[in-house]
Amino acid sequence: MSRPPASSLFNRMHAHPLFLAHSRKAVISVPFVWLLIFMLLPFFIILKISFAQMGIASFLPLSQFKEGILTLNLDLTHYQFIVQDQLYFRTYLNSLWCAALTTFWCLFIGYPFAYFMARAKATLQPALLMLVMLPFWTSYLLRVYAWKGLLMNGGLLARVLIYTHLDWILLKLRLIVEPGMFMNTQFALLIGMVYTYLPFMILPLYATLSKMDLRLLEAAADLGATPWVGFWKITVPLSKAGIIAGSMLVFIPCIGEYVIPELLGGPQSLMIGRVLWDEFFSNNDWPMASSVAVVVILLILLPLAIFNKYQAEASEVRR
Amino acid sequence: MSLRALLYRVLEKGFGKTWLGAGFVFLYLPIVVLVFYSFNASPLPVVWGGVSLRWYRQLVQDRDLLSGVWLSLQIALYAATGSVVLGALAAFTLVKYKRFWGRTLFTGMVNAPLVMPEVIIGLSLLLMLVSMQRVFGQRGMFTIWLGHVLLGMSYATVVIQARLQDLNPELEQAAADLGARPIQVFFLVTLPLILNALVSAFLLSFTLSLDDVVLAAFLNGPGSTTLPLVIFSRARLGMRPDINAAASVIIAVVTVMVVGGSYFVFRAERRRAAEIAAAQRA
Amino acid sequence: MTPVPSTNDTAFVQIRDLVKDFGAGSLAVNNVSLDIAQGEIFALLGPSGCGKTTLLRMVAGFETPTKGKILLDGVELDGLPPYLRPINMMFQSYALFPHLTVWDNVAFGLRREGMPHEPMAERVEQMLKLVQLQRYGRRKPHQLSGGQQQRVALARSLAKRPKLMLLDEPLAALDKKLREETQIELANIIRKVGVTCVMVTHDQEEAMTMANRLAVMSEGNILQVGTPTEVYETPATRFVADFIGNVNLMDGTVVVDERDFVEIDCGFCRHRVGHGITGTLGMPVTVALRPEKIHLVREQPAGQFNQVRGTVHDRAYFGSFTLYVLELPGGKRLKVSEANNERNRTDAPAEGQGAWATWPDTAQVVLTT
Repeated sequence: MSRPPASSLFNRMHAHPLFLAHSRKAVISVPFVWLLIFMLLPFFIILKISFAQMGIASFLPLSQFKEGILTLNLDLTHYQFIVQDQLYFRTYLNSLWCAALTTFWCLFIGYPFAYFMARAKATLQPALLMLVMLPFWTSYLLRVYAWKGLLMNGGLLARVLIYTHLDWILLKLRLIVEPGMFMNTQFALLIGMVYTYLPFMILPLYATLSKMDLRLLEAAADLGATPWVGFWKITVPLSKAGIIAGSMLVFIPCIGEYVIPELLGGPQSLMIGRVLWDEFFSNNDWPMASSVAVVVILLILLPLAIFNKYQAEASEVRR
Repeated sequence: MSLRALLYRVLEKGFGKTWLGAGFVFLYLPIVVLVFYSFNASPLPVVWGGVSLRWYRQLVQDRDLLSGVWLSLQIALYAATGSVVLGALAAFTLVKYKRFWGRTLFTGMVNAPLVMPEVIIGLSLLLMLVSMQRVFGQRGMFTIWLGHVLLGMSYATVVIQARLQDLNPELEQAAADLGARPIQVFFLVTLPLILNALVSAFLLSFTLSLDDVVLAAFLNGPGSTTLPLVIFSRARLGMRPDINAAASVIIAVVTVMVVGGSYFVFRAERRRAAEIAAAQRA
Repeated sequence: MTPVPSTNDTAFVQIRDLVKDFGAGSLAVNNVSLDIAQGEIFALLGPSGCGKTTLLRMVAGFETPTKGKILLDGVELDGLPPYLRPINMMFQSYALFPHLTVWDNVAFGLRREGMPHEPMAERVEQMLKLVQLQRYGRRKPHQLSGGQQQRVALARSLAKRPKLMLLDEPLAALDKKLREETQIELANIIRKVGVTCVMVTHDQEEAMTMANRLAVMSEGNILQVGTPTEVYETPATRFVADFIGNVNLMDGTVVVDERDFVEIDCGFCRHRVGHGITGTLGMPVTVALRPEKIHLVREQPAGQFNQVRGTVHDRAYFGSFTLYVLELPGGKRLKVSEANNERNRTDAPAEGQGAWATWPDTAQVVLTT
């Protein structure tokens, strides 16, 4: 047996298991450490602060060393307050409700939209896709702001709604408080939310629907199904993945929205994002804001962790 | 085709066109109205005072707005770069290394910014920066950049990860088989093939950073007011013609870029498909 | 007849007691030993999941053996990463770099070696000429047809003049007609270059056409090693007999055991095999009989061995030959293949008709495993 071919030090070094192990460590640790510092650490800090009391400019320290004795100042009043005060509970519920409504309307408008896009002439589809993506790339702040102009007194949409007497229906549904006043109402908030998140619903739906094999519908027709039946029994179930993806992309960010409720919503539109902001900026009560944040995190993360675990298990079974 | 089937087709097409038309009107109406009113000579949006460019002329002298633009562009550029670098590293980690200590935690942390409300991300990051003021210094451009990279990284990871998973693993193996060392494989084969995803991730993070209101509000300091913050504070007060003009300019720029970009991508894809078809026939 | 692992220390490629355990219960590669001569085209043949691809990947360096060693030209490959082995592989998906031209694809390996430009360009041109794609250098992979892409992949893996070339299901992606043409072309090019070659395939026709020798694998084990003729005419096990081509397997017992012939009773027929076997009287064995060795006649042939009567149950016309399925008393079915030597044969048995199947005493193979 002869000796291994003469290979340079460079070669040997690269082949050495320790080098490979090091480069692997570097790739993993850079983002890992970054996330630990800027994602995990802040969480623990707001957890800590939520137990503190607000001082003059900042929060009081949790632990003090007085005369050689360590004293802890854990304040659970914020959490007590959250649990006891109706406001937070109602706000969270309202946020969920608003997000659910938005998701529903996005689905209602967006599904047929994506469906007809996918069934349009093949040469037309790239242009349609671009037209849907264009608002997505334009600043959402500006687009939401634009609705102010449409809904304020004398605005285009306001005038149309009054002229067609549709505002009475909205009044009955308690979406607006006064007839003719559409700005800063639940109605304005909903329109703004649906408007902003519609592309997020359309795009995943379009992706799923355009990939559908049309021959399945032909097979169904061949077996005696009408187009209506074909739609509900075949197209819709096959697009389930798109429906779920689109709904998640709309529902979850909607819960924590701040800008749209602030610009378009009114005093009755209680959203958790606004409450947090106000606690922090207006009331200057950091520990309070922190405790609200911790509660929201737990309420979002827990169902999400369960959802993820379910997903992971499902894919394990499939394999 | 039977008469009934024909009727269905006509109805479906008619309904489809109406729905699509109405949908697009809904999507574009506010934008069109905005641009329309930016040419309104009268400062009151509900009174039409004739066509005028005065608001555009005013834009050029709007110091706050222009410095906001400059700052936002800088932050967006740096944030997008940071997001793509970190996102690529995270994507690689998730795709190539199936087993390492803390993988579940890592995945959770990477995906968390996608589901957490921005208000919470902003709040927690800010409180941490305040607690560790000695380390991170005063709040300003750097701290905004930190928040934007944190958010952008999550989106970048999703985009890059998807592309990496689609990549044929035999390509990298072939490169190694032909004598390329791991670093060479990355630069010569992997990187060119994921370039599209890297560009998409860059554009996505860039736009995210440019548009962001909430994180910037929490993390900014004196003298670092971004464009969205300028617009937001003015927008809260009501409908203002100067914002309309600024908005129109921004919309025009974005439209040109999106339309131009889409067109180029579309043409390149069409050419490629034609080449593949021609090769199959040969 | 089980394969005897060779301990030839001078073989070009030596695989010794190679084991791969993925921890999934059974071993993917179970103690495999092989010798491959220089310049030989060697095929690893077997159904999917038999471990042939894992074995190939261990030689290439993409998998680490759990146990055992691999030697190439006397050098142990253990621990060497793929980019340091003088081995090149042609992948099933071709793995052509989509962002590089054909020319750059072929030149890739040479550039990694640091070859100076002049000799490198010469070598690339030489390779392209070898696969007859001289005028396609500027094209990108997506501008080529499947067959052309395969040729580029071949040129690319031969460019570095490796000591050993590995082929992973090289023809799997081609349609049938193209596959037949390419098989011969590919083998010719490889022989012309003279490179030692190990190929992996599940298509026995491919292995038999292209390889000098082949190994039949199943569930991580090598069942038989030999030339295509050896493996086809004298299979070592039931699995090998069944996997390669068509075969009739008949279980029976040895009733007469002599030095130069044996008689085996299979119930519905009695075999007389014209050679002795290592075995005992009364031993249960399986007789393997290839369909083309059997001949159908109308009248009962002379003698009482190597014949059986049945009814034609099925008849499939394949153009150059006809496959009959003969239903025997007791339900057993016999496959018979008759070449269509003459046109418009009028005495060929039709479905439902009775016929006698007969075969010579040199046609059978007696198997114990």
